[in-house]
Amino acid sequence: MRDSTLKKVWIYFLLIVTSVMVFFPVLYAFMISFMSGPEILQGKFFPESFKFDNYLKVFDRLPLVKYLLNSFIVSLTVMVGQLAVCSLAAYAFVFIPFKGRDFVFFIFISTMMIPWEATMIPNFFTIQKLDWLNTYQGMSLPFFALAFGTFLLRQHFKTIPKELQEASQIAGLSRFAFFWKVILPVSKTSLVTLGAYGFLTTWNMYLWPLLITTNSSVRTVQIGLKQLQSQEMSTDWGVVMAGVIVVIIPTLLLLFIGQKQLQKGLSQGALK
Amino acid sequence: MTTVRAPGVWKRSANLRVGFLYLLPSIILFSVFLFYPMIRTIYLSFFLTDQNGNAAVNVGFENYSYLLTSPAFLNSMKATGLFVLYTVPIGIILALFFALLANEKLKGIGFFRTMYSSTMGISVAASSVIWLFLFHPSVGLFNRILLAINLPQIQWLLDPEWALVSIAISTIWMNTGFSFLILLGGLQNIDEHLYESSRIDGAGYFYRLRRITIPMLSPTLFFIITISLINAFQTFGQIDILTKGGPSQSTNLIVYSIYREAFINYQFGTASAQAVILFIIILVVTVLQFKLLEKKVHYQ
Amino acid sequence: MKRVELIDVSKSYDKQVDVISNIDVTIEPGEFFVLVGPSGCGKSTMLRMIAGLEEITGGVLEIGGKRANHLSPDKRDLSMVFQNYALYPHLTVGQNITFGLDVKKVKKTVQMERAKEVAEMLGLTDYLKRKPRELSGGQRQRVALARAIVSEAPICLMDEPLSNLDAKLRAHMRTEIRRIQRKLGITMIYVTHDQVEAMTMGDRIMILHDGKIQQVGKPIDIYNYPANPFVASFIGAPPMNISPARMEPSKSGIFIEDTIHVSMNEAQSIASSARSLLAGIRPEHIKPVITGAEEGNKIQVDVTNVEILGNETVFSFQVGQREWMAKWSGQWDMAIGDKVPILLGSEYFCVFDEETGELIRKPEGLEHLSIAKEVSI
Repeated sequence: MRDSTLKKVWIYFLLIVTSVMVFFPVLYAFMISFMSGPEILQGKFFPESFKFDNYLKVFDRLPLVKYLLNSFIVSLTVMVGQLAVCSLAAYAFVFIPFKGRDFVFFIFISTMMIPWEATMIPNFFTIQKLDWLNTYQGMSLPFFALAFGTFLLRQHFKTIPKELQEASQIAGLSRFAFFWKVILPVSKTSLVTLGAYGFLTTWNMYLWPLLITTNSSVRTVQIGLKQLQSQEMSTDWGVVMAGVIVVIIPTLLLLFIGQKQLQKGLSQGALK
Repeated sequence: MTTVRAPGVWKRSANLRVGFLYLLPSIILFSVFLFYPMIRTIYLSFFLTDQNGNAAVNVGFENYSYLLTSPAFLNSMKATGLFVLYTVPIGIILALFFALLANEKLKGIGFFRTMYSSTMGISVAASSVIWLFLFHPSVGLFNRILLAINLPQIQWLLDPEWALVSIAISTIWMNTGFSFLILLGGLQNIDEHLYESSRIDGAGYFYRLRRITIPMLSPTLFFIITISLINAFQTFGQIDILTKGGPSQSTNLIVYSIYREAFINYQFGTASAQAVILFIIILVVTVLQFKLLEKKVHYQ
Repeated sequence: MKRVELIDVSKSYDKQVDVISNIDVTIEPGEFFVLVGPSGCGKSTMLRMIAGLEEITGGVLEIGGKRANHLSPDKRDLSMVFQNYALYPHLTVGQNITFGLDVKKVKKTVQMERAKEVAEMLGLTDYLKRKPRELSGGQRQRVALARAIVSEAPICLMDEPLSNLDAKLRAHMRTEIRRIQRKLGITMIYVTHDQVEAMTMGDRIMILHDGKIQQVGKPIDIYNYPANPFVASFIGAPPMNISPARMEPSKSGIFIEDTIHVSMNEAQSIASSARSLLAGIRPEHIKPVITGAEEGNKIQVDVTNVEILGNETVFSFQVGQREWMAKWSGQWDMAIGDKVPILLGSEYFCVFDEETGELIRKPEGLEHLSIAKEVSI
């Protein structure tokens, strides 16, 4: 018994030390966001008081509300788009047998090996030619098709008994109705996983918005941060950190709520 | 109604047509935003281009031979290789360590899991700004600590010797969240009975780790190693915010180099050639990964 | 209530060898028809062809007198119960039961009424609001049954519906399914690998092996007069003892495994020549030799294994290359190595042609007991 208590104490010790280390930069940024310039120079950890001056300033200096709204719109659009496109494809891969299906699936999977950055130059020109620079569709449409998402959903769909499809066939359900009324509701958990993943990655996207936004009309918060940092360099770190905190709160919340779900869902997709 | 003829080709190909219909959105999007641009990139890599990215002069393999002799590009390749070496092994070992700790069944473990995974919810831009502050020469935390314990201060992001290491440190931190989440999921998929039976056999913690946990986790490890490698080759945001490729090109990783060549210098031909090289590297790495590791990976 | 007729039906994949061939059978309206056979014999495939879930590659399927080869499953007027029940996990029991009605756009009030009625019949009334995962295996099975019944389809197909239940529940559900089928008068086509289910439930049973019909008939006829050695050993537990045999030169009987002589009066008629034969006898037809019994085919055997089951005793002994089994009612005091005298009544023997498998001599004198004759009140 004493042995296991000692082991527990040891594990708790490691857990506390390492998790504090991991979370420290965020915590530190949070503290800085409440500090005035002189306080930061003194190198304190706790601010004198939790005043929201820096937050007011950051909304003043950047069209941050607009950016936040843009980020939400783009992330939600990509999320919904990915869910629709990937679930349709995954459904075909599991429930509609046709010749050459395995080959098509192989092509889908091999797209994972094409780094998106290797295609960004022609993609940029495509969007430019479509006159989609500074538009929501230009920001979101290229990311609707996702091999990883298709793969993840396919893994889940495969666990659904084939008899469910046959029972529906006997009941007279059409193919699309079966997809809509049975498959999607049954796969709620993996759809939530993919949705959260899509939202998170889109919210955090950096290079693409950097390329195709030239004004604030659809610019996202991530580019806003870059602007803030280059404007405010070494002058007002409190304001910059306030911006950081505002930007990370939505995704951190999403992660805190969906951590368990994401972990289960993503690792299922990772395994065969 | 009573006579039903045998179905013709049209009816027998119903599955093919319907299946194709369901795959159509993906196929169109992949074609427009992945296959076409990939082919176009390869095509452009053999040309000099005008300002609008149109092919102007066919130069054959000249873009490639130029790159392979250009000290700047070779430097960029070297930096990229070092960066991968710094970030991937340490990042995965750290994430595995956290995942093993967080897989213990203890009170309040959910809280720790959330802490470990938190960096997944923080964007590259936000993380980079935070680390920019931590690395700050005068007000940054690291130099304050060095000062406090009487060590010489380091110009983290401004010293060519240190810049790449600094970027690597911040990148490891950014990626632990995702790796941790995946590895924890893998650990939780391991059948409890395996541990119970080994406990009956009297196996110790490290023996169990070596003989059960790691082999059973190998498919997940394999997955996360592949993803981490690919991610490391694609690093961009932290470079753009922290160092802009400097000082003296020491952090000019390949994607940043492509970006600069294309969208700052407007040399789309050489940028495309670099993109093709990136593509080949990732292709080789993944194929090698599969070849080397797939045999050793233990699938149930 | 509809008739289901299969005329020379066959099935092949990719135009290769037939997995099912020459199926000719008519299932009468209101009949309980059981398809039985070992796993992989094609029984499920046959059921799925009737359901329309598998394409029929040869022959004609008629349902209710109409050709149905290319009808889609929902146009065939049938319901189906699957081995794993195929309940929709995201719907409640009630919604599961009414799912098919909802698809067919039946009025909500009618749906409710019919669901209620069926739920009552199957004792599911208290569970209508629950999800399938909150139910036990037996309850899920009932929901699957309810879903089939509520459709009021004249034909019901069942694919091993009881194989996921424990033994006790299975016995109970056997009678319950039979009761419901009788009450509603539906035509039932029931697939199982369990010969006990086949024997106890079916009006008629069809034994399939390697995609071919082995025998169709009433359970008791199949038990008594198996058409070939496969059927003989498949139906009945322990199985019929079957050994190679040959005609005695004198034609007064047969030699089994070159060791046992069984005299047969009509041996002449079976054997036009000395072709190779198979002789079989059911374990319960091997009788103890009691004092005063006539000589006949009495032999001594060495007991190699004994199982005393309380109400009966099953023991094995060696006959040439094979191990035979005998089943005697009551508890018999014997041990391995004992010498036991047994009586092999020649009238009980089935004799098959080894080459064709054909039954060339039917057993006789099987005791058909009837209440009126045997019991006096």
